Amino acid sequence: MNFKKILSQLNIPAQCKRYGLPLWQCPSFLFLIMGIIIIASTLIAYAIGTRYIENPEIVALIILILTAILFIIAFIITRSFERLAEASRMKSEFISVVSHQLRSPLSNLRWAIELLMSGRLGKIEERQTEYFKILKENSARMGELVQDLLTVSKIETATLPLKKREISLENLIRELISEFEPFAKASNVEIEFKPQKDLPKVFADPSQIRLVVENLLDNAIRYIKDRGRAEILLEKKGKNLYFEIKDNGVGIPKGDQKYIFQKFFRSENILRYQTQGSGLGLYISKAIVERSGGKIGFKSEENKGSTFWFTLPIK
Amino acid sequence: MPKTILFIEDESALQKTFGDILKQEGYEMISALDGEVGLRLAKEKKPDLILLDLILPRVHGFDVLKKLKEDKETKEIPVIVLTNLEGIGDVDKALEMGATTYLVKAQYSLEEVVDKIKKALGE
Repeated sequence: MNFKKILSQLNIPAQCKRYGLPLWQCPSFLFLIMGIIIIASTLIAYAIGTRYIENPEIVALIILILTAILFIIAFIITRSFERLAEASRMKSEFISVVSHQLRSPLSNLRWAIELLMSGRLGKIEERQTEYFKILKENSARMGELVQDLLTVSKIETATLPLKKREISLENLIRELISEFEPFAKASNVEIEFKPQKDLPKVFADPSQIRLVVENLLDNAIRYIKDRGRAEILLEKKGKNLYFEIKDNGVGIPKGDQKYIFQKFFRSENILRYQTQGSGLGLYISKAIVERSGGKIGFKSEENKGSTFWFTLPIK
Repeated sequence: MPKTILFIEDESALQKTFGDILKQEGYEMISALDGEVGLRLAKEKKPDLILLDLILPRVHGFDVLKKLKEDKETKEIPVIVLTNLEGIGDVDKALEMGATTYLVKAQYSLEEVVDKIKKALGE
């Protein structure tokens, strides 16, 4: 922890402001007050007890009163933590409700566009087709964002269903590579897949692991500037399968690396030229891999590329 | 005689979209904007297939499904659930109650839904 970080931890009014709480409900402020009272009360009890009072019952009474005060403060601190937890729960619920409400009009919009574009209702001119494509692509983008928000709210409320079964990670990767082929081609990216021979199956939820590989593959292709190469490895390591995807893309600046799995975080160098993306993919991937009993990590160097990896238990 | 499809869905925009595409595919579509009307029309018209949303006014989609499958006049009609609800257990619950297929709107294109309808009608 550097000096600046320690200082920011000590700036209690700023911390309370960040949580949107008044001082008397702010955990860090109340904790400080409690600490001061504990030290003061111990010293006072000691001083009074040894110098001025001969009757031990009065000393006991003073200690009792001070203990009661400490109990009240501890109660207030607990309540303020409950308020923070409640605020977090309400935020997740809000995201869930809004996402659900957005899904219906988005489906209506998407299907109406599809019907128009199919030509079933009449021929569309070429110039109109371009605009229909814009409508379609952007409604799809909104749909993906809403889906990501729903997944995040399910992760936070622990309601994301996990239907584990034996799956071939190798086959799943092959399927996804062929799905991503047009996108990779359009981005001038070559995908190379090198699986070890005779790999065992993993025990995981296929739709969720699909989401993880999709996110990592999409990031690798998206963040390769101009042209490049994404290499995927799959091998057995002890009781796990080890997946790795290496790209020669823009990489992650050192200062941003510790935030990369945080919700909504997008690296500064990426924002400069790539505006699309919600900053939720890696947060979701980490949650899924960890819930599946695996680990996830990366190494990266700015302007050289990134390597993301994860493991999944075989049984 | 064209096959009839009862669409129980409170979104009139979707009623219109499906009305158009199903007509083009040679089906006759009957609309119900809430669960109560949906149940009445299912008994009266005896459609060949029912497309059912779950979040519905008056009678919830799960209750509609339950009543359809309890009634001997309607229990044989295949029901495709078409919804955006995908909570833990929703899919299993609907399939256990007798739904033929469970489709999450956000995950399917219009053509894919039409294909599922054809499949459920044995075409």
